[in-house]
Amino acid sequence: MEIIYFLIACSIFIAILFLGAFLWANTTGQHDDTHTPAIRILFEDELIDHAESDLSEKKEEKSEK
Amino acid sequence: MQATAVDSKLHCYHCGDPVYTDLFETDNHPFCCLGCQSVYRILSKNKLNQYYKYNAHPGKTQSKNTRHLEYLDDLKIIEKLIDFKDEQYTLITLYIPAIHCSSCIWLLEHLYKLNPSIVQSRIDFTKKQASIKFMHAKISLRSLVELLIRIGYEPIISLQDVVKEHKPLNQNTLVRKIAVAGFCFGNVMLFSLPEYFGLGAMDHKYASLFNGLNLAFSLPVLLYSARDYFTSAYASIKLKQVNLDVPLALGILVLFIRSALEILSNTGPGFMDTLCGLVFFISIGKWIQNRTFYHLSFERDYRSYFPVAVTLIEGETEKAQAIADLKVGTRIRIRNNEIIPADAVLINGDAAIDFSFVTGESRPVKKVLGEVIYAGGRQLGGSIELEIVKPVSQSYLTNLWNTDNYKAYDHKFQTFSNSISKYFTTIVLSIAILAALFWVCHQDTTKAWAAFTAVLIITCPCALALSSPFTLSAALSLFDKNKCFIKNTAAIEQMAKIQTLVFDKTGTITSPQSQNIRFIGQLTSRDADRVASLCKNSSHPLSTKIVQYLAMETTTRPVQDYQESIGRGIQGIIDGKLIKVGSAAYTQADVSAKHSSVFVSIDQEIRGYFSIMQYWREGLDILISKLKPLYSMHLISGDQDKDQATLQTIFPQANMHFNQSPQDKLQYIQKLQGNKQVVCMIGDGLNDAGALKQANFGIAISDDIHSFSPGCDAILEGRAINKLPELLKFSKAAMQVIYISFGISLLYNTIGLYFAVQGGMSPLFAAILMPMSTVTIISFTSIATHLYARKLHLKST
Repeated sequence: MEIIYFLIACSIFIAILFLGAFLWANTTGQHDDTHTPAIRILFEDELIDHAESDLSEKKEEKSEK
Repeated sequence: MQATAVDSKLHCYHCGDPVYTDLFETDNHPFCCLGCQSVYRILSKNKLNQYYKYNAHPGKTQSKNTRHLEYLDDLKIIEKLIDFKDEQYTLITLYIPAIHCSSCIWLLEHLYKLNPSIVQSRIDFTKKQASIKFMHAKISLRSLVELLIRIGYEPIISLQDVVKEHKPLNQNTLVRKIAVAGFCFGNVMLFSLPEYFGLGAMDHKYASLFNGLNLAFSLPVLLYSARDYFTSAYASIKLKQVNLDVPLALGILVLFIRSALEILSNTGPGFMDTLCGLVFFISIGKWIQNRTFYHLSFERDYRSYFPVAVTLIEGETEKAQAIADLKVGTRIRIRNNEIIPADAVLINGDAAIDFSFVTGESRPVKKVLGEVIYAGGRQLGGSIELEIVKPVSQSYLTNLWNTDNYKAYDHKFQTFSNSISKYFTTIVLSIAILAALFWVCHQDTTKAWAAFTAVLIITCPCALALSSPFTLSAALSLFDKNKCFIKNTAAIEQMAKIQTLVFDKTGTITSPQSQNIRFIGQLTSRDADRVASLCKNSSHPLSTKIVQYLAMETTTRPVQDYQESIGRGIQGIIDGKLIKVGSAAYTQADVSAKHSSVFVSIDQEIRGYFSIMQYWREGLDILISKLKPLYSMHLISGDQDKDQATLQTIFPQANMHFNQSPQDKLQYIQKLQGNKQVVCMIGDGLNDAGALKQANFGIAISDDIHSFSPGCDAILEGRAINKLPELLKFSKAAMQVIYISFGISLLYNTIGLYFAVQGGMSPLFAAILMPMSTVTIISFTSIATHLYARKLHLKST
């Protein structure tokens, strides 16, 4: 049963990691806007209608990102 | 978007408004005006047509006003507006109220396609803000704002932005405290479970380890998460008041001391799980209570109405100057549609000032040279020159804000939970002391200590502290769904106490958009064409209304020799006929009409007039009949008494007041409050701002909730005003829910007390009772408020 000391230490360590991750996310402002990213993810990357859309524009956008 | 009038009609591809002319058409898409058409052209030229793919008619109708943005070149002003600047980039956050759909987000985040100097733009949809990063060497702030205006997203840059005084309450610290409390609560529960299930003889060696860990985990909860309660309780005791935080802090402290003593002396497991759970739950309650609408501003004052800068005249040159820096004696130029920022004397030009902000009266007032013009008026027509006589902060209108009435506003009432906590704390303390004394008399000091602490622990008003935030925040979101936006949860309590309703007239019970316009007289269809063609040349609000009224069947004809006399009328020659449209004096009509009237003369012969009447909001009579038996009703209007006859059926004669200045309105509210009445002011404009703030509860009626609503406790959408009686009833229902849930939590407390005074309260008992009462309260309050809302036929989902 001595293994329980090790297990408790492990579980607390992991739990503290998760708490730390949450606090980090919160302090860096990741919870400031919870609405817009949900909409943003639905946008298409490139134009649908314009098959002729020039490649240079695509490249530009990629380098921006 | 506007409601569709007739389905068969064409709708503007950009904004969805009905299209009256075929003048504006591009790529087979109809547009209602040049503004919408040019936005489309800019977007299609830059291959941003996808904007129209995500939503039908994503745009907003384009206003024709031209803005003067010279002040955005002024370095001192720029410095105040931007967030950050380095050698290459500038970062600015702009408030853009036009953001309303996913197309807006898409377009504004692709600004770099319109101008590569804009590096990045991020939209915060709920706050309607855009953070834009741009290379200031290549694009100036002014051109950036001009670009936004060109595509139909005009940012609102007001003085209040510059000052940045009212930062929204940041809840992130509280969220972190909740996270820590929740984390510790979970772990402590885990280590307490073996104790509850009974440790075997073999496992007893672990007991001290578990208890030690519990003690360690409860330290951050006590020192970090619960700190606010101690500071708040200390502050309130210092002020010789007792708020609900006092018994809470006392309970937390006693819980910790007793548990720590038990653990350190190895006499028992303590109540650390109860402590952590308690702090976790009450912090959540606090978080819920503090939730507000970030996208609405309830603290607007005169500064959000005023421009950031005006044009200063220095000898021959003109330059932009921040209005805070205006000094007495400087000369300024005010152009068409600009607001006069400070009391000033007219030096040059034709002044026709619209004081609707200040008085509610929309008819322009003419001023002669040398006359003093008060701040807040809007110039209509040509540009004028003024000389400042008072600095902005001391002008007539701004003075209204700076009087003491406005500042002695904060602690105007006590919330229900705070007012009963005084009695609650006294009773709890005396029971604890009595129980301790009882056991001392029986020579049992251990039991005396146990009973004393157990009473304070079990009566710790956790459920009590939660009932009011949970009920009120449920009510808040229900109000929100019914287009009534309330400033905070405490305001709902105040709303429930209202006895007297004071209405403003213009814009509040009359609808500013749907004015009833009729033509009285004879006008052939050809003449109607001519009048409409003439009016199309003018941007005066009355001309636009006449065009809309006549628009159905007209074709545009060329106008020659067009002339516009500010504040009087317009004339022009069409098909060789001289057409005049304007006031009675302008058209030489000898009729005196009661309403705002616009006369039409053709070749010097009067053909009739357009009668423009204020139109009451829809459902006003039902609204009034519902409210009349319950509240004492008053009306104060800045207008003349032309509608008195109609209103007499609604308001008692003695309670109707016309020609009231903003100061009069404020004093009227004070007078009512002097008679010990809880007054609710319902108004709309800047002219009501004083009364709205002075009233115990101020409701601002607004047809566009994102722009121009003065400081108030609640913003009600104009369309939802007929729900006012139900909304007022609902606020009372919410208070009832709070009273009942207080009763429930007191019941739990009494059950707990029964065991506590006997000195025998097990940690398991406390650990079950506390969460159980919490869950009961949360579920009861949310179910009950929704049931009440349904009963009152309010939208609940």
